[in-house]
Amino acid sequence: MFRRLFQWLDERLGLTTIHDVVLDRKVPKVNWWFTLGSASLFLFLLQGITGIFLTVYYVPSPDHAYDSVQYIMNEVRFGWLIRGIHHWGASLMVLVVFIHMLRTFFFAAYKYPRELTWLSGVVLLLATLGMGFTGYLLPWNQRSYWATTVGTEIAGTVPLVGPFILSVLRGGSELSAITLARFFAVHIWFLPALIAATIGLHLYLVIRLGISHIPDESD
Amino acid sequence: MSNSPKMTRRQFVTVIGAALSSFIGAVIGLPAIGYLLSPALEKQQGESWIPLGPLEKYPINQPTLFTFTRTKKHGWEKTVTSYGVFVLRTSETQVRVFSNVCTHLSCRVNWKPDVQEYICPCHDGHFAIDGSIISGPQPRPLDEYEIKIEDGNLFIFLKET
Repeated sequence: MFRRLFQWLDERLGLTTIHDVVLDRKVPKVNWWFTLGSASLFLFLLQGITGIFLTVYYVPSPDHAYDSVQYIMNEVRFGWLIRGIHHWGASLMVLVVFIHMLRTFFFAAYKYPRELTWLSGVVLLLATLGMGFTGYLLPWNQRSYWATTVGTEIAGTVPLVGPFILSVLRGGSELSAITLARFFAVHIWFLPALIAATIGLHLYLVIRLGISHIPDESD
Repeated sequence: MSNSPKMTRRQFVTVIGAALSSFIGAVIGLPAIGYLLSPALEKQQGESWIPLGPLEKYPINQPTLFTFTRTKKHGWEKTVTSYGVFVLRTSETQVRVFSNVCTHLSCRVNWKPDVQEYICPCHDGHFAIDGSIISGPQPRPLDEYEIKIEDGNLFIFLKET
């Protein structure tokens, strides 16, 4: 019964083909360092799921941001767990994505024909850092307020266009409700969409080109 | 899955992978259900006697609307809820107090002196002066409050759920 159902679906969806191409592809002898890409993907999904749950109670307004986070932490059942996973997962994701990049660099896996994989990886690393930067403001506590004050100020030191970048980031000359709202929008819509799309490209390239072996004497 | 005592490496990895995935899914998934339902499971019960003032200020046989507000905490905010009750003094010492919440779908009923009926504007529910049903979709008469009179002052017993 189950097998017939599977065959019916497989004939139409090509599940076996997807499995063979995506999961059953040939790989050279690799080690644990090669698991960091999958770990990054897992963390992105984890951040996505816990983030979606956080928006159930979080309010991106200076009036309520701090209080709604306190509510999540102290009163909502398992709110501490959901936010805790999102909080620690964020730091872990930056770490894992960064080590994933170091692995690629030291194993020279960015070379021909994998330049585009590397470039899309650069986009993913920068977008991940952007997620960290925008997410840090959202609790709207003293630490996040001043971290964003300093962070946007640093962006403002760019020659010539600095002041313009500063006012675009803040949505004005000071940190305000507009800053919080645009950081929230970037954090939950713009960057996740960019990351999801770029992960699609990144994975397509990994599957299409295969992964490189660990360099040896012949390289 | 074969029942042979020997398991291939691939089968072993599949089983362990499925078990770990299920475990991780449960650790996040089960609390997530509680997380979503949390405000609905919150019980904020309050009981109090609400003072409605001296009984003598209410005219006899003429339902009079009395309104008051109660403040409740919802999440990170205090919400003010308005209540309206009809005080019907039936004699010098007898009084009945009805809620103005229609028993159909919680719209607020109005007293219409010309027809001597409470009428709900939403679905045309009609109640008699004693709260009983005249016509309309409502399933039961208007809710009545428990009352007490102390030193000529009227109180109603409010249960907040």
